[in-house]
Amino acid sequence: MTKRQQRMTAVAALVLGIGVAAALAFTAFRKNMMYFYTPTDLVAQAVPAGAKIRLGGLVVAGTLQRGEGLDVRFTVADCEQSVPVRYSGILPDLFREGQGIVATGRVGPDGVFMADEVLAKHDENYMPPELAEKLVAADGRHSCAEFSRPVMGRRPAIADRPSQS
Amino acid sequence: MWTWFHRLASPPFFFRLAERWAPWLGVAALVLLAWGWIGGLVFAPPDYQQKDAFRIIYVHVPAAAVSLSLYTLMALAGAVAVIWRMKLAECVLVATAPVGASMTVVALVTGMLWGKPMWGTYWVWDARLTSELVLLFLYLGVIGLYRAFDDPRAGARACALLAIVGVVNVPIVKYSVEWWNSLHQGSTIMKLGKPSIALEMAIPLYAAVAGTLLFCGYAILRRVQNELLWRERGTQWVRELRVGEPGR
Amino acid sequence: MSGYAPYVWGSFGFTAMVLAWNWWAPRSRRRRILEAELDE
Repeated sequence: MTKRQQRMTAVAALVLGIGVAAALAFTAFRKNMMYFYTPTDLVAQAVPAGAKIRLGGLVVAGTLQRGEGLDVRFTVADCEQSVPVRYSGILPDLFREGQGIVATGRVGPDGVFMADEVLAKHDENYMPPELAEKLVAADGRHSCAEFSRPVMGRRPAIADRPSQS
Repeated sequence: MWTWFHRLASPPFFFRLAERWAPWLGVAALVLLAWGWIGGLVFAPPDYQQKDAFRIIYVHVPAAAVSLSLYTLMALAGAVAVIWRMKLAECVLVATAPVGASMTVVALVTGMLWGKPMWGTYWVWDARLTSELVLLFLYLGVIGLYRAFDDPRAGARACALLAIVGVVNVPIVKYSVEWWNSLHQGSTIMKLGKPSIALEMAIPLYAAVAGTLLFCGYAILRRVQNELLWRERGTQWVRELRVGEPGR
Repeated sequence: MSGYAPYVWGSFGFTAMVLAWNWWAPRSRRRRILEAELDE
């Protein structure tokens, strides 16, 4: 091997080595890289009660109830499960029924998610209002696909739970 | 072909080539940017959901896309510099870093200005935002490392290694929204398959991406020229240049 | 701008400033290098 070929091999090995190391690390810490839990995670009780977590899902149409002042109650769902949420505070402009949101808070003893922050998560689709109206007539729903990545896997096994301690 | 390759790597030859091409690159960039920005600000319809706030896409997406492309370019130049010991590649490497860093800052700042009214927050530590911030630190690392060396060749080689190691972050930024769940939405145009944006909104966006890329190409060419001038200062061709260009 | 004007113009303004810096910075460095060359 010439000197140049040696350097070429070294650079290739460096990139490959770092790539493999990163892939292994991110596989091991996959759930730490997740920004929110899905309703499926919560229903499967993969999350310790009382811990401060983030919950992401779609605001289910017809569930939004406004109480006194800034109090709101609504239900958040992914493609499979749903969780009731209670919140008191300012909602982002994009908040509405059918919208994707990420709420920070705790699961109460009654199973209701008590949020102290609600952020809107919009999707990657952009279109003029006229086009959207036509699409709404055809389908009218936001996709739940954005929330179809449960942190614990789709069907969390009981064996998964001790690792949450 | 190899002789042409070697000639391209010769500082005076590349300097003159860049001198001839840079103005055209700059003009093309400005035309495309003007098209993209005016089209995006004036002619594109507001989004059905985000209304006019969506127009930030015309500066945010080009900057973010270019910040990733430039890092890839920088790492490739670094690989060429390490393997072939090519001086021109070293110059491209150190010239790309500040331009790439500035585009990363634009992507982050415009993203925050977009996040506040739409998501309800300037910043969250999700996978996409965090990895883009890491990209900025990698660029700043290359800039700082180069400045720490007195010998530009040794400095450039150290930077090359950092750039090559950091290239692992590029796919992480790009696919962060697919591999992990995040507050940031998925890709609209920089993906395989049909773009998720109406055509009349997409065309100015493509123009803005192309314009930003060409503009950065212009800025990098100018910085490569400076790097060549600086390294070759005192040589005959630089002196001739000084005499030949009064008033510059 | 449906109430989002500060964010939209802020984004475009900031981007324009950074692009202008990218145009100006290499230009001024080149001038400095060539002037130093003349002084030697």
